[in-house]
Amino acid sequence: MTKIAVNFASADVIQKPNMSEVIIETGALLNINWAHVTSSGGEMVIDVPDDKLEDVVKSFEERGAHIQVLERLVLKDDEKCINCGACISMCPVGVYYYGDDWSVNVKVGVCVQCDLCVVQCPMGALELKLQD
Amino acid sequence: MVEKTIEEINERIRDGSVNVVPADRMVEIVSELGAEGAAREVDVVTTGTFGAMCSSGAFLNLGHSNPPIKMQRLWLNDVEAYAGIAAVDAYLGATQTSDIRGMEYGGAHVIEGLVSGDVIDVRATSHGTDCYPRRNLNTRLTLDDLNQATMCNPRNAYQRYNVAVNSSDRIIYTYMGTLLPNYGNASYSGAGCLSPLCNDPNYETIGMGTRIFLCGAQGYIIGSGTQHDPKSGFGNLMVTGNLKEMSREFLRAAVFNKYGVTLYIGIGIPIPVLNERIAANTGVSDGEITTDVVDYSAPSRNRPVIRKVSYADLHSGTIDVGRKEVKTASMSSLFMARRIAETLKESIERGEFFLSRAVDHLSLYTEFKPMKQTEGIPLVKDIMLKDVNTLGEMSTIEDAARVIVEGDFTHLPITSDDGKTVVGMVTAYDVSKAVAHIGDTKYEILNDIMTRRLVTTTPDETIDVAARKMEKYNVSALPVVDGNGKILGLVRSDDISSHITRVKYEEY
Repeated sequence: MTKIAVNFASADVIQKPNMSEVIIETGALLNINWAHVTSSGGEMVIDVPDDKLEDVVKSFEERGAHIQVLERLVLKDDEKCINCGACISMCPVGVYYYGDDWSVNVKVGVCVQCDLCVVQCPMGALELKLQD
Repeated sequence: MVEKTIEEINERIRDGSVNVVPADRMVEIVSELGAEGAAREVDVVTTGTFGAMCSSGAFLNLGHSNPPIKMQRLWLNDVEAYAGIAAVDAYLGATQTSDIRGMEYGGAHVIEGLVSGDVIDVRATSHGTDCYPRRNLNTRLTLDDLNQATMCNPRNAYQRYNVAVNSSDRIIYTYMGTLLPNYGNASYSGAGCLSPLCNDPNYETIGMGTRIFLCGAQGYIIGSGTQHDPKSGFGNLMVTGNLKEMSREFLRAAVFNKYGVTLYIGIGIPIPVLNERIAANTGVSDGEITTDVVDYSAPSRNRPVIRKVSYADLHSGTIDVGRKEVKTASMSSLFMARRIAETLKESIERGEFFLSRAVDHLSLYTEFKPMKQTEGIPLVKDIMLKDVNTLGEMSTIEDAARVIVEGDFTHLPITSDDGKTVVGMVTAYDVSKAVAHIGDTKYEILNDIMTRRLVTTTPDETIDVAARKMEKYNVSALPVVDGNGKILGLVRSDDISSHITRVKYEEY
């Protein structure tokens, strides 16, 4: 699976069933992790099966979307982090884990952008990032 | 028999021969050498904890302005400090929130800012007197500009703490962090075998006047903390230290989502190993320190205890609650607790930190009493509507419309078909909506349109708790049910507001 950010920056594009068209055209099973749509456009983070990545990117781009392949999705500010671990039990997909010295570490490429860890971090040390 | 004195240990600190070990390493030493061997080998055990300690704050002396002011109210970066002491003295509490920014900024942030060298906006008001004529003051100060900045924390370093879980089907926000529904997570606090008071549970060396590591500075124990409850294993300390010597590394402001501001405090206490008994106590392991798993979804002082677990269980990453394996996570930082024990060990070894003898013992028997309440607390049963019409879930929307109109009310609890339990709620608005949409989708029975995620109350719940539920879940009425889910009545937000208004009116 690869995560991509899909960005539609125009208002007319949101009137169309782009997502459904891409799925039908490519036959790829897409998993939406996060989406935000307003009157002036929208953005989404989706999981794409690796063998369909090229087709899906092409298909979205033909419909006027800007695509970015995501690598780092959650940023931890180590200057702010006190290594408590409050994020560990909140994360539904196991992004965070204690190291041998009880420091809090971040697994790359797992985050589904749900935001639970960001709002509960007592130090405000976490940030979700759509761009790499 | 090993017997040492604090003076002998201080002499070893002076000549560089002292043997200091952190409390987590002492567990192995005691199990390898036994208590007597460990007492012979080790002179000092260092402990550490780094967690959210709300009951913290600092006394500040701002110096006198010209013309002088007797500050009656004082704000530091728009966070109010208590100025009801002498002219330019104030106490800034960690959890006080900003008048402007609310829960996202508070006293803890001002304290961390001062320690970091930030410039703080100061605003004060007064009524003016002959000796202090000034009425308003605005200035900007840093920690260096203050005469004194003395941290003084009424309740710190709890021996251990409850593990918080949430059995309800809704997320809750607490001082133990965010608790996910249906036992989605377990939140704990405390450093286990590194926790200062767990290493001296009988207060043999920790007492009034003990010199401690406090947020990077050398501080002191003033006495037992407020709510000190040593009998139940919930002892705690009142501590003080000079804010000007503290370091941001060991003192950090925090915000618990939808709960408020707090301050993370780093405390380390050195335990002099004077004899075998003390050595044995410092050998306590994570597996031997137990605490209660408590259901925080109960909005009451007496929350149900679900089971006991040890800190070893908590550190393993999951605990069993009911039939479920629940992920654990700490709100305090074990990483920092270890760093504090290590930092304290190093400063003792370098001859920079000497041990002090307590000038008095801390109480072993203090009781922690609940509040005496003299005002009657109104309960849901006092104000609920008892004659409530209900309908079964298979009844039609037309039935509901008729009952609502005849009964002249807007909320209709829906029961299971056998009438035994409440399964949903239908409002007059739901009925109109169903009728209006009848063209595209056909809704016929109440089961199709009722709200199923039902928020309920019980007759013995206080009206404050019922009001909080209505506010939180944005509903204007709650069905009142018994333990089996049978409907007993209905309480509406209007009934609560009119009750509160009436009580206020009667007081005058």
